[in-house]
Amino acid sequence: MSRHKLVKNLDLDDEMDDYDGGDDYADDDTEENLRLGTIRVREELPEASGHITDRQIQDALWHYYYDVDKSVAYLIKEYMAKPKKEQKKKVAGGFYLFFPTLQVHGGELSSKACSKPFSFAEFFKDTPWLNVPPERQAVFIAPLYPRGGLLGGSSDGAPKMSKLQALAAARKKKAQEQKASESSGVEKPMAGLSLNESASGPSVGSEATEPSSALKQPSRRFPLLKRKDSKPHEKSQKAPPHVEKEPETNDIPMSISPGDLDQAEPSAFASTMFNSRDRSPPKHSANLFTLPYAATATPATTDPFAGPSPDDVVTAAQSKVASGKGGKGPPKTSVEKKTDQIANGVEALKIDDTPKVTSKNLDVLKEFEQKEKKNEANFVVIGHVDAGKSTLMGRLLYDLKVVDQRTIDRYRKEAEKMGKSSFALAWVLDQGTEERTRGVTIDIAMNKFSTNKTNFTILDAPGHRDFIPNMIAGASQADFAVLVIDASTGSFESGLKGQTKEHALLVRSMGVSRIIIAVNKLDTVAWSQERFDEISQQVSAFLTSAGFLPKNVAFIPCSGLHGDNIVRKSTEPGLTSWYNGPTLVEELDNSEPITRALTRPLRITIGDIFRGGVQNPLSISGRIESGSLQTGDALLAQPAGEKCFIKALEVDSEPADWAVAGQNVTIHLSDIDPIHLKVGDVLCSPTSPIKIIKEFTAKVLAFEFLTPMQIDVHRGRLHTPGRIREIVSLLDKGSGAPTGKKRPRIVKPAQLARVIVELEAAVPLEAPARVVLRSNGATVAAGLLE
Amino acid sequence: MRLIKQNIERDGSGSITLYPEEPEDMWHAYNLIQPTDLLRASAIRRVTTESSTGSTSSTRVHITLSIRVTSIDFDPQAGQLHVSGRVSEENKWVKVGAYHTLDLELQRNFTLEKSEGWDSVSLDVVKEAIKQDKEGTVPAVVMQEGLANICLITEYQTVLKQRVETGIPRKRSGRASDHDKGLSKFYQVTLETLLRHVDITQPRPLLLASPGFTAAGFQKYIIDEATRTGNKALLANKSNFVVVHSSSGHLHSLNEVLKSPEVLAKLKDTKYARETRLMDDFLTLLRKDDGRAWYGPSEVEKAVEKGAVGRGGGVLLISNALFRSQEIGTRKRWVTLVDKVKEDGGDARVLSSDHESGKRLEGLGGIAAILTFPLEDLDEEEEEGEDSVPNETEQGSII
Repeated sequence: MSRHKLVKNLDLDDEMDDYDGGDDYADDDTEENLRLGTIRVREELPEASGHITDRQIQDALWHYYYDVDKSVAYLIKEYMAKPKKEQKKKVAGGFYLFFPTLQVHGGELSSKACSKPFSFAEFFKDTPWLNVPPERQAVFIAPLYPRGGLLGGSSDGAPKMSKLQALAAARKKKAQEQKASESSGVEKPMAGLSLNESASGPSVGSEATEPSSALKQPSRRFPLLKRKDSKPHEKSQKAPPHVEKEPETNDIPMSISPGDLDQAEPSAFASTMFNSRDRSPPKHSANLFTLPYAATATPATTDPFAGPSPDDVVTAAQSKVASGKGGKGPPKTSVEKKTDQIANGVEALKIDDTPKVTSKNLDVLKEFEQKEKKNEANFVVIGHVDAGKSTLMGRLLYDLKVVDQRTIDRYRKEAEKMGKSSFALAWVLDQGTEERTRGVTIDIAMNKFSTNKTNFTILDAPGHRDFIPNMIAGASQADFAVLVIDASTGSFESGLKGQTKEHALLVRSMGVSRIIIAVNKLDTVAWSQERFDEISQQVSAFLTSAGFLPKNVAFIPCSGLHGDNIVRKSTEPGLTSWYNGPTLVEELDNSEPITRALTRPLRITIGDIFRGGVQNPLSISGRIESGSLQTGDALLAQPAGEKCFIKALEVDSEPADWAVAGQNVTIHLSDIDPIHLKVGDVLCSPTSPIKIIKEFTAKVLAFEFLTPMQIDVHRGRLHTPGRIREIVSLLDKGSGAPTGKKRPRIVKPAQLARVIVELEAAVPLEAPARVVLRSNGATVAAGLLE
Repeated sequence: MRLIKQNIERDGSGSITLYPEEPEDMWHAYNLIQPTDLLRASAIRRVTTESSTGSTSSTRVHITLSIRVTSIDFDPQAGQLHVSGRVSEENKWVKVGAYHTLDLELQRNFTLEKSEGWDSVSLDVVKEAIKQDKEGTVPAVVMQEGLANICLITEYQTVLKQRVETGIPRKRSGRASDHDKGLSKFYQVTLETLLRHVDITQPRPLLLASPGFTAAGFQKYIIDEATRTGNKALLANKSNFVVVHSSSGHLHSLNEVLKSPEVLAKLKDTKYARETRLMDDFLTLLRKDDGRAWYGPSEVEKAVEKGAVGRGGGVLLISNALFRSQEIGTRKRWVTLVDKVKEDGGDARVLSSDHESGKRLEGLGGIAAILTFPLEDLDEEEEEGEDSVPNETEQGSII
């Protein structure tokens, strides 16, 4: 029978009778919990506790928060001591209407009756409405009483019912059953059984059917039915559709002790709708089979409604799932939702909704502290073009076995083919085709190596003046710098005027305070000490004037091409005669760990956007400037203002779950279109986003003449055109206080000034960012945002 | 632009009829037309007529309208000029005082009558506009990896046609090919865009400027593509592709491009090259800080007053944006200044605000002067005057 039909056939009046609107734990889940709890409690309770109603058990469970043991203890204490009193009350309540059923159970309960006085009221205790205050019941019952009595339902247990009446009642019952029960399944035979019985033993049968007719009919005929509504039994309106599908359950009835058989628990709403039927199965189960048999197996023989029906189980499970997902379940009222939550909490279900990318919710800072690890340091290699920066680093990597012999041999061969054999080592870092053909570094190369103390990241910067923007990007990621100087005759001098100076000024103005000077190519001047001293003097004088403290400056004589004094101590007699200081790597190792802005809001300047593979169509890389992040975090891309999520994370090319400030990370992003991302954009935490600005005031140190002029503003990878709109004032170098005229016309080199810079496009910048101002290919100023 | 009719009295009143021929002429018209001027041009106006029964019908009529200009809107990219104002001459269709926006069109006359009379600057503009020996338009691509600005350098304007921005993956160890791929994609997009905006087969220079090797790479790409597709016209023109160094791919790097020897050799003494050179001269003098270079309205005015911008090297640089002032008084002030300099025998150059040099000048307040003799402390008085203002605000903040 389809459900539609069922619904059609449902007797609405009956339904309304059964429905009780104002219950306190109306939800299926709660009910399910209660029912399961009731079953357990019943198992725990002594046999003689049959008179304790489900309602009482459920109340106890409710108050003890489903604690079975406590409930049992309470029930025993409360009810077992004074069962008679209870019974009397119930009898006084006047449910004579159901009297006839006593007869039905008369036989089967005989054994029980011996042990304790049996009362039909007690028998019906599980029917919820019995807990209704008597005064209400009385009104309802009164009109029925004479009729029941007249029909033979008298209290002396002598049922007198005409056969016609019995037949009518049976028919009615049958009709009702058909309405409510599935035509298929085991139930039908069962229904038949109960009818059979009523037919075979007319008296018994009539009694059995009587209550149902007696119960239902008046509810239709008398306007008093409203009173019934107020009865506090725990049925929800939704229950009826489930009942129809209640075949015998295999699991739960089996576990019921024999004592429970006659006290079959109502299933979801069997106790309201089919209470007459409820009682009939136990009756014949007790009559037709031996109790042990019934107790052990044959679900058909035990009360099919003793436990939750499969349907109930399914419904319960569904509602659990539904409430867990917050998804497809039937629309719920707020009360239902509340009870849902309670039930879920009780069952300790995991209800966390699944985010797009699962976050492990790590305490990143804690993880970072716990992680036993070496120092980490990034250093940028700077110097004039062709000073040998890339070759020096290539040599360093080669000698530290980061690059294997075979690769070097291959590079050597290829470089010779191109007639540039001396570039073989530089090719370790210069991997671009153009870089190799032209023999010049164009972009920053990143490589890693580790010593016993520290993990280093090399940022090999281009020396050519056209690529200073790239060098600025590299320097902004560096903790300290290695300045490579070409010691060969003439080269040093030209370098000092060129990028040696500009680079040193740039790294200083970007906050690098420690610098190691590698005096390279010293082999070309026969390891001359005079040359080394001359260079040291000039360079240190310049560096001191640029603001480096002498203690933060170290000079190392070396040869990148031959590898002297880089990883291994030089064996050149020309050098060893006057130098026995540290090698370059030893000097690098002396670097102190850098403190990182771990607790500040997250900021990453995007250094590169690329396709990280098939799985990760959009990846970015960059250094975390401040804060921390982990997989699953949401990020905000500025200036686009687009939100995205961290799909996966790599720290130094190793997959990781989290990363902190100072680390170079590759982030695989999801939920964002690449069109929103540009190199130089900033990823930040959505809770404390970086502001995008079009104008800023900065305190700058001029390297060239400054007038209101057009400039490029560089900050790491970010570079944007703009103009100095106004020179606010010159500043005193010592105190930083304004000096001289207001609004000077021009700022001379080496003067400190406060300027207002207007940008062509809004960019993410926030104080205290360090910016570099360039114009016409020259660095004109560097400064700090205010 | 062709001068159709000129009818100017000695006192400057009168009208001029002009015939614009190319988009550049709209730029001149933009600089010529002022609010409160009378402009007469053909227009299409929708006229609604109401019949006796109350039903309305609207028709579009071609009429010649005279309007008193209230505002001007110029779109440099499309080369369109929209002049709105109130009708000053009644006709069959339109009442006096009704609003109309005239869209000046190429190949259609317009007549202009100045409310304040024709002054020297506006007559100069007319003279410039009708000059026949025009220097041609030069397309330029200012680029760097991942960024290209395609612009047209005309005599009076630098028009940014299109900005191309693509992401190029940076070099990463073991992924060199990504970068190469990204770069050739970038070249491809830039070339396609360039071809959409500019006919590069014309025998005129095409400037390719970039830091590093990007421009050279792009030039090679263009030629490779032309060879591959067999574009002979393009190949024949390849000697006109000039690769120039610039320090960045941003548009203001065009300054460097225009003063580079390669470009100067090609473009000789064009107006924008002259302007660029003048600006550079000025900035060099400013750096010397010897009191011979001054910028800012009041300083320059003072210098002119003292006769320092005169015969023997005195140059007044003034942006034509200043002449577009809505206030008649302000415009008059600048016109007087220009006239004074010319009287003194100095050189008064009106720099186009749409050129890079003009933009540089605008950064300096739109006006600058190279003096014939040093003057010190021109800015002192002004500073005192300004001092009083912050003091007041300071007091206010204290209160």
